[in-house]
Amino acid sequence: MKVPLSWLREFAHLPEGITTNEIEDAFVSVGFEVESVAVQGSGLEGPIVVGRVLSIEKVEGQKKPIRYVALDCGEAETRFVICGATNFDVGDLVVVSLPGAILPGGFSIAARQTYGHTSNGMICSGRELGLSDDHLGIIVLPEGVPGEDAIALLQISDIVFDIAVNPDRGYALSIRGLARELAASLRVEFLDPADNVDSSDFDINSAGIQVSIDDPTTASVIFIRTVRGFNPTAPTPLWMIRRIEKCGMRSISLAVDVTNYVMLELGQPLHAFDVAKISGSLHIRRADREQEFTTLDGQVRKLGATNLVVADDDKVLALAGTMGGLDSEVTKSTSALAIEAARFDPISIAKNSRYHRLSSEASRRLERAVDPALASIASARATQFLIELGGATYVGSATAGQVPAMTSISFNPEFVSQLLGRLVPAETVRGHLELVGCSIEETSTVVWLVTPPTWRSDLLNPSDLVEEVGRLVGLNTIEGTLPIGRTSATLSPLQYRKRGVAQYLASIGFSEVYNYPFVNQEMVDTLGFTGARAASFKVTNPISEQAPLLRTHLLPGLLEAAKRNLNRGAKDLAIFEIGSVFRDVVKLAHVSPVSTGSRPSDEAIANIYASVPPQPLFVGAVVVGELERDGWWGKGRAFDWSDATNLALSIIELTGNSGTIVQSDLAPWHPGRCAEIQVAGKAVAHSGELHPRVLEALGLPPRTCAFAVILSELPVLVSKNAKPIFTMPAATQDVSLIVDSTVPAASVEAALVSGAGTLLESINLFDRYENLGEGKISLAFTLTFRAAERTLTAEEVSGYRASAVAMAAKSCGAIVRA
Amino acid sequence: MSLSEHSIDVAKAAALAAIAGATSLEELREVKLSHIGDKSPIARANQQLGGLNTDERATFGKIIGQAKSALALAFEARNQLLEVERDARVLVEERVDVTIPARRTLKGGLHPLTILTNEICDLFLGMGYRVAEGPELEAEWLNFDALNIPADHPARTMQDTFFIEPQESHLVLRTHTSPVQVRTMLEEKPPIYVICPGRTYRADELDATHTPVFSQVEGLVIDKGITMADLKGTLDHFARSIFGSDVKTRLRSSFFPFTEPSAEVDFFFNGRWIEWGGCGMVNPKVLVACGIDPEIYSGFAFGMGLERTLMVKHGITDMHDIVEGDARFSQSFGMGVK
Repeated sequence: MKVPLSWLREFAHLPEGITTNEIEDAFVSVGFEVESVAVQGSGLEGPIVVGRVLSIEKVEGQKKPIRYVALDCGEAETRFVICGATNFDVGDLVVVSLPGAILPGGFSIAARQTYGHTSNGMICSGRELGLSDDHLGIIVLPEGVPGEDAIALLQISDIVFDIAVNPDRGYALSIRGLARELAASLRVEFLDPADNVDSSDFDINSAGIQVSIDDPTTASVIFIRTVRGFNPTAPTPLWMIRRIEKCGMRSISLAVDVTNYVMLELGQPLHAFDVAKISGSLHIRRADREQEFTTLDGQVRKLGATNLVVADDDKVLALAGTMGGLDSEVTKSTSALAIEAARFDPISIAKNSRYHRLSSEASRRLERAVDPALASIASARATQFLIELGGATYVGSATAGQVPAMTSISFNPEFVSQLLGRLVPAETVRGHLELVGCSIEETSTVVWLVTPPTWRSDLLNPSDLVEEVGRLVGLNTIEGTLPIGRTSATLSPLQYRKRGVAQYLASIGFSEVYNYPFVNQEMVDTLGFTGARAASFKVTNPISEQAPLLRTHLLPGLLEAAKRNLNRGAKDLAIFEIGSVFRDVVKLAHVSPVSTGSRPSDEAIANIYASVPPQPLFVGAVVVGELERDGWWGKGRAFDWSDATNLALSIIELTGNSGTIVQSDLAPWHPGRCAEIQVAGKAVAHSGELHPRVLEALGLPPRTCAFAVILSELPVLVSKNAKPIFTMPAATQDVSLIVDSTVPAASVEAALVSGAGTLLESINLFDRYENLGEGKISLAFTLTFRAAERTLTAEEVSGYRASAVAMAAKSCGAIVRA
Repeated sequence: MSLSEHSIDVAKAAALAAIAGATSLEELREVKLSHIGDKSPIARANQQLGGLNTDERATFGKIIGQAKSALALAFEARNQLLEVERDARVLVEERVDVTIPARRTLKGGLHPLTILTNEICDLFLGMGYRVAEGPELEAEWLNFDALNIPADHPARTMQDTFFIEPQESHLVLRTHTSPVQVRTMLEEKPPIYVICPGRTYRADELDATHTPVFSQVEGLVIDKGITMADLKGTLDHFARSIFGSDVKTRLRSSFFPFTEPSAEVDFFFNGRWIEWGGCGMVNPKVLVACGIDPEIYSGFAFGMGLERTLMVKHGITDMHDIVEGDARFSQSFGMGVK
């Protein structure tokens, strides 16, 4: 909220000479962030005076309207200036900068020749004087005497603080609230503006518009005060306009200005109805049925049945606490007004505001809870103004509901020291609680009954009171202590996994990236995702309609990132990401509202947990170009499908698991160059070269490779026993086999392993030869045998080889290559 | 040829001269064959010993033996000398320019968010905290209700939430990592000491200082007698570990629905105060909703944005660099090994 220092000073007795910084610090220390400080009138120097427009002569032959204006500036001679604005007439009072004046930004005014005339000064707009950002033309004053100092008249010199008010402190969206906080922070006297109002002048009777709260959940208290004989053309006094403007609002008309002024001062939103438009009495109720309603901004809105409204006997008049209706608003001919001040239910106002996506000065305050004691006071204050400034006559007041009693909090003052970890004497606790408006009844030294003031409906429990004391004591007076955990602290297997995998890939040349998890359907289609990988969740309100879906896989983001890197000049690229994916594949539990008044039942908690989809953790990578680059050493080596599979397998092996490779054709991989890797019979990874068409569609180079491993799917192994290391000599046997080209190498290897016996230590495919014709290929393996305690004989090893070959012949149709 | 002392001397002298004259290991090998080997005069003389009588055999045997050892010594010495010379020459010949670029593979790197997260987790692991994580797509109840942010309360609209269709799913992209705290409190009994890093979401446009997808780290402690002084001390320790031992922190009173009292924490770095995050004493309403008795236990919680921390720590001026996945960015941070 924007607040001018001059207005704060009226209620907070600030010391003379207090600096802007000191005021800022005082706000911050009690929890009010100062978003900006505007020093108005800085760099402004007179003479700047009031001038009356005597005559206006249009300068002909100009594209823009240029006028030569004669002014009475209280001087002996008439002053002439050139002016480009047209929003004033002969007889108006305007603000004139005379030669010698300096405007904000160091703009000096001097007499000058222009448009064939001598211009002896300048008629000023609000922006030129640094009063506001709007450029609505020059200022036309409602009052003033030609020659009068306009800087003083307009109360230009002021400091406006823009204060961020937290949502629990609705009372502070007012001069009253912020002056109270500032005074408390600085420990200076505070005068409550609410105390200046004597509402007993306006007795409750049946003469004016009557009111009822038809539904007790809508409001706790309301006052309606009726006046008649109001002069709708009476001007708003300049001091009131200037205060409203300094708070960032605009002057509209006296009736509206009065309601806004009182709202700014006290924090109670008010609404002025044209009595002539009210049929019968006013009712606070729900809209009850959907219906069209035009708010005073001219928008036709569809009211929801539960919307909170102010209605008369026949129709809805206002969207309560949010915005008035066009048909009942005060106009230039309104002479009888009904001023409404209510303490509406904050949640209902928040719902009104959210339902219509309409946040107003009134709704912002009411949804943060307004002091219920203000309904009477603020409506009386506004009535006084209408009488004094608009010549109105008091008719009568009506009220419904009542100011709810505040609930006392049972409070042990020692709790402050206990929670803050800093000794705060009981007397200090008392002083600070009283400073914020609480009253205290001491039933014993350790049990106080603390009753919060009506404007602090946020103070509900002892912790709330500790916060009040804490912020006034100053949280920075607390000396830190360091607690050490009393629980077992270790990383989970998945956390170890993330670290290990990231370090492994980064150390062999991969760069880690974090992509946004948002994708679009087009990408899903391009990649050929089906089934679980096409079962996306949709974001209701995405940042971009271009990417409204949550990722089901890491590849979309990685491929886009790869593309971005290539566009920026990268040639060879290896990037990886570790992250969760979201697949709408599990039937989720339906959650009904669960109270927060106590721990929900185990069943309710289980149900909430079951409403959240599982979100598996993946590592994915994309590689473009060469693994080993061309260089002075000769040609490089392109990263190929087998490198991708090797890495996927290596990641699985990092966790102590071993994978089995199966031929796959999963999109978006190349249907002939995709490996599925299984652990314990379950697919946990895919790797290989990407589909040429996908690469083309995405504008990525041919032969780009990728892999993805589901880290959260890999079994967590308990520690296993170490194998003894055999030190006797090893014996090797090579075997070259001919098989059909359709037989996977992995099957041949598996057959050899199963036939070779228990002394086989390792097996290595060292050659694959394709050009045998007739659909045959040759695979050459080295078998290494080793016994624990003896050297193997040549005959023995030949025997193992023979039985290995026999098994390969049996299960794969292999024959030994001659 | 008959044996004579003279002939042996001549052969020996010739052999010694040949050894001395050999200028390479190859020549020396030739010399060994012709002057020391089986067909050399000395060897042949030795073979003749068998035909001599006992006395002569003793006399000539001794002479030949002395000659052979002299030659062996000379050969060994010459061989060593030539080997040293050869080694020296070869090593010079094999010298390369070691400054020529040796990197044949790409340079990799961890994203600095990973490095920072690990650093923070390790710091708190060392203080006895467990690292707790939870789902990014989260139940509204855990993200809001349990944290004292009721529906239609203005505090809920403070956080620009991404909602998930359909509305009845009551799923959101978590706006903070606090639901992990709630899960922890629902699942475990105090004492609780956890640090919760993770990705979070708010519907802000990406610009130089904002990103709709960002990372937070939150800490939660629930134990008997936990105070705001404990919070302050923990934040001081945290800030000093991340930004340097001379860093100060300050608390500014603030509002969060899930803490009471609440504060903003700032730290003083490079001559100015920088907003770091929010913190406070866990609101008793939150403890109650999670089944923890606020009469027995109290706790603190804090949370900060990791991107912001990174930007300050490393002088990163544009958020785009952190989120765009440019490999050069991660490469510049390497492995984060100190």
